[in-house]
Amino acid sequence: MAQRVGIIGFGQTYHRSHRDDVNGVELINEAVRAALEDAGLSIDDIDAVVIGNMDHFEAVNYVDTWSVDGSGAWMKPLIKLTTGGTTGSTLGIAGYHHAASGLFDVVLVIGWEKNSESDTTGAIITCSDPIFDRFSFSGALPGLAVEASAYIKRYGIKEEDAARVAVRDRAHGANNPYAQLQTPVTVEEVMLSPMLSWPIKLLDICPRSDGAAAVIFAGERKARQLCSQPAWVHYTAVRHSHAYFGDVDYTRLHTLEAAVQELYQNVGIKEPLKELDVVELYQPYSFAGLKWIEAMGLCKPGESPRLVWDGVTDMGGELPFNPSGGVICTNCIGATGLLRIGEAALQVMDRAVGRQVPDVNLALATGFGGAYWSDLMLLGRRPW
Amino acid sequence: MEKDELIHLHADVDLPYRWAAGRYGSMMLRALRDRKVILGNRCPQCNKVYVPPRVVCGPCFIQPSEVVELSPAGILVGYSVVNYHFIDPETGQKRPVPYTYAYIKLDGCDNYLSHLVDETDPNRLYPGVRVEAVFRPDGDRVGRLQDILHFRVVD
Amino acid sequence: MTDVAIVGMAQTPYRRRRDDANFAELIYEVSCGALQDAGLEVGDIDNFITVSNDFWDGRTISSMAVQDACGSSFDGGRNVSTVEGDGTFGLLYGMMRILSGAYRTTLVVVHCKGSEGNMRLITNGMFDYIYTRPLGIEATGAAALQARRYMDKYKLTEEDFAHVSIKNRGNALRNPNAQLAASLSLDEVMASTPIASPLKLHDISPISDGAAAVVLAHRNVANKLGRKPVWVKGIAHCSEAHFLGDRDLAEAPALRDAAFRAYQMAGIEDPFAEIDLVELYDAYSYMEPLWFEEMGFCSKGEGAELTRLGATAFDGPLPVNPSGGVLSAHAVMVAGLARVIEAALQIRGEAGERQVEGPVELALAHGINGPCGQSHCVVILGE
Repeated sequence: MAQRVGIIGFGQTYHRSHRDDVNGVELINEAVRAALEDAGLSIDDIDAVVIGNMDHFEAVNYVDTWSVDGSGAWMKPLIKLTTGGTTGSTLGIAGYHHAASGLFDVVLVIGWEKNSESDTTGAIITCSDPIFDRFSFSGALPGLAVEASAYIKRYGIKEEDAARVAVRDRAHGANNPYAQLQTPVTVEEVMLSPMLSWPIKLLDICPRSDGAAAVIFAGERKARQLCSQPAWVHYTAVRHSHAYFGDVDYTRLHTLEAAVQELYQNVGIKEPLKELDVVELYQPYSFAGLKWIEAMGLCKPGESPRLVWDGVTDMGGELPFNPSGGVICTNCIGATGLLRIGEAALQVMDRAVGRQVPDVNLALATGFGGAYWSDLMLLGRRPW
Repeated sequence: MEKDELIHLHADVDLPYRWAAGRYGSMMLRALRDRKVILGNRCPQCNKVYVPPRVVCGPCFIQPSEVVELSPAGILVGYSVVNYHFIDPETGQKRPVPYTYAYIKLDGCDNYLSHLVDETDPNRLYPGVRVEAVFRPDGDRVGRLQDILHFRVVD
Repeated sequence: MTDVAIVGMAQTPYRRRRDDANFAELIYEVSCGALQDAGLEVGDIDNFITVSNDFWDGRTISSMAVQDACGSSFDGGRNVSTVEGDGTFGLLYGMMRILSGAYRTTLVVVHCKGSEGNMRLITNGMFDYIYTRPLGIEATGAAALQARRYMDKYKLTEEDFAHVSIKNRGNALRNPNAQLAASLSLDEVMASTPIASPLKLHDISPISDGAAAVVLAHRNVANKLGRKPVWVKGIAHCSEAHFLGDRDLAEAPALRDAAFRAYQMAGIEDPFAEIDLVELYDAYSYMEPLWFEEMGFCSKGEGAELTRLGATAFDGPLPVNPSGGVLSAHAVMVAGLARVIEAALQIRGEAGERQVEGPVELALAHGINGPCGQSHCVVILGE
C-alpha cells in the first residue's frame, strides 16, 4: 500500500499586503489554478484536497467546507489542518502522507491567508493561553526579541550580523516576481529602521501578506507518468512540544535541533553544509537566520555570522538560503510553510525561474510556529 | 476592471467565551486571590517546578503531584517594550502602549511566568535584573493572573 | 481492508459543563485511558494527532493547549499533527501516517467544550461572510432548512423524526457517558419547545463538554498486543458544495460517495445484510434517517419508516446509535470519534449495558463537517 511520493506541481499567488481584488475563496482559486497549470492537470485529476490557514486571521470557521468553490474540492475527499505558523508545512506533510498511504494518488494541498482582513497581532494573541498568558502577550515579536537578546548576550553577536541576513533575503526576493517585498536593502538601512522590540528592527522582520500556495503531490507511479522530474519527498520530521510560551528554552531551538537530528540520522546526512544544496528556511526574522542554522548543525554555536558574511548562504554560495526571498519578503501565514516546500520543490525540479540554484540534489524546507515548533521536509532529485 | 471600486465589509465580532481554569488553574488563582501566593507544582520524575501548575509534565508525561509555594520575586529572563498598537482581544480596544512584556523566572521555579513590568526604561531592564510581584490590594483581587498588578524592578 | 487497527480507546462522560477540567486536563484523562486500554506506554507511541477547533476553543492554534497532555512533548518530543474538523477525520489522518510507513502507532485525541463559547456565533462563523453570515444563519437554523426540505421532498412528518429522538434518548439510558437520557413519549417530543421549525427542543442535540482518544496500530504491532484489535476495514471521506442554495438539502451526495468507497475498501456489497451496527452523526433527529438512506441501507425516503417499525432499534435487525448517539451527547468533533469508539466497543463485546444482542462483526461509524453535513467521513470497523 505504501508508496513513494513526489511533488509534481506548484502554484502561488502574487503576494501583496492587501489583495483587495479577490476574496478568500478567489485567492485560494488563484493558487489552485496556477498549480494545476504547472502540473498540466485538470481538477478532475485530483483525488483528494488538503487545506489550511489560521482561523482567526479571517474569522472563518470550517475553512475547508467554506472554500470548496475555490479549492475545487467539490465531491472530493477534503480535510483541514491547522497548527499556527507551521500550518503550511503541516499541510505539505499531510499531502505527503495522503499519497504515501496509498489511499490517494494525486493530492492537492492548499495553504492560504488574508492577513489584511483582521488585526494580525490581535489575532495572533489569541494563540496564547487565555487565562495565564493572553492579558500580557503582545504577539510574535516579544518571544523572538527574548530569543534574539539571549543569543546576542551569549555569543557576542552584533545587530549588524542579523541585518546582513535580512539584506541577503531581500536581495534574493528581488529575483522572485511573486514576493511581496522585491526591493533590496542595505545593512545601514536595516540598522536605521525603527526599533520595534530590542534588538529587532522593522527591516529585521517579515511583512504581513495576503497570499496562497498550492502544491500537488503524487504517488510514485503517477508522479513518473505526469512529471519528467518530480521533487521526491525523502523525509519529514515534526516537533510541536510545549503548551505554554513560558516553558520554552529561549537559548536554544530544541524543536529544530530534535527534528533535524531525526532527519539527518534517518536519511544518513553527516555533513549538512556539504550534502544539502539549498534551504528554504521558515525564518520570520533575521536573527533566526543565524541562530537556527546553528541548530541545524551547519556550524558551531556563535559561528553563524562568519558563514553569513562570507556569503556561504547567498545565491552562488556553498549552501544558498531562501532563493525565493523567504519569509522576510512574504508572510501569508497559512501559506508560508507550504511556500517553503513549493520553492524547494522548484529548485529540485530545476524550474525556479530567475532564482534557480544550479545542480540541486537535496533541498530542505522548514516550518516554524506555535510555541517555537519546527517542521521539516527534505526533497530530492531521485526517489529515496 | 482595475479601476472599478472595490468594496470592503467591516465586522466587529464580539465572540464571548467562558473558559474553565480547571483544577490546577483554579488552585493557583484561589491562592493568588485569597493569600497573595503564587503556586507551582513539581514533577516527581524530573523535579522541574512549573508555573502555572498543570496536570502533566510534558517531557515526563506524569502528573506533577507536589504543590509548591513560589517566591513572589525572581529574575527577568527576557522582555520587550511593546510600542506598537494592536487590538486587545480581551477588551476589543487598542491596548495602551508602551508597556513591558516580560518572562520572569521566579525563585524556585524552572520555567517562566509571562507578566508585565512597570518599567519601560531599557536602561533599568536587562536579563538577570531582580523583579518582584506587586499584588492588587485586598478586595481588588478576583482570582485571575492580573491579581498580580505587575512586577517591579528591585535594585 | 487496511493494515490499521484500533487497539485502545477512552472517552470522558459527556456533560453540559466540565468546570473541573480545562482542555489539557480532559486530554490527559483520555490519553492515559486509551494507553492503558491498549496496554501501551506513552513511549510506545511514535505519532500523535490532536483534533480541535480554534473557534470552539477561543484560541487560534488551539492544539497548543494539549501538546503536553496528549504526550507529544514526551522525552524531547515526538512527531505530531493537528486536524481541525470531526474526530473521524483525525482518525483518518492518523491512519494515513501509519499506512505511509512512517509510523507504527498513533494516538488520536480530540476535545471540545461547547460550554465555553457561544454555539450560535461559532457556527454562524462557518458561513460565507459576504452573502450568508449577515442573515444570522447558524447550525440549527440551517438544519431546520434541511429538515423542512427533506420532509417536503419525501413526504415526511415531524412525528417521523420524533421517533428517532425517542429511540436514541431511550438508548442513552443504558449509556453512563450520555448527557441526555430519557424515556420520551411522542407527545413529549411533539410538545417540546419550538426552536426553529420544524425542529423542537427534543429534535436537537445538546451542547456538551468532553474528550476522546483512540490508539491506532499497524498490523505488526496490533497483533502482538493482548487485546483483540478492531480493524479499520474501510474508510472514505467526501465534501459537497458549500452554499446551501447550491445544494438539494434532501440529498447528501458526498455521504453516498464516501459510503460507497468505504464499502468498496471493506468488500461490502449489501450493507444492510452485512453491517451489524451503525453509529452515525445524528446532531438533529432528522439527520439519522437522511444519513441512513444515503449510506445505502434503504431507499430514499424510507429511513423514517424503518425507524418507526423498529428496524434500527436497540434490539432491531440493524441497531442505529445504540449508545444514544449525538442526540444524547454532542461534544462537537469528539462526537465522531465517540461514534468510532462506541462501534469498536460493540465489536469487542465490551459495551456493557448497551451491548447489543448477538455478535457485532462489522460496524459503521460516521462523522460530519460543515453546515448540514457538507463533508462526511465513513469508517467501517470489523473483527
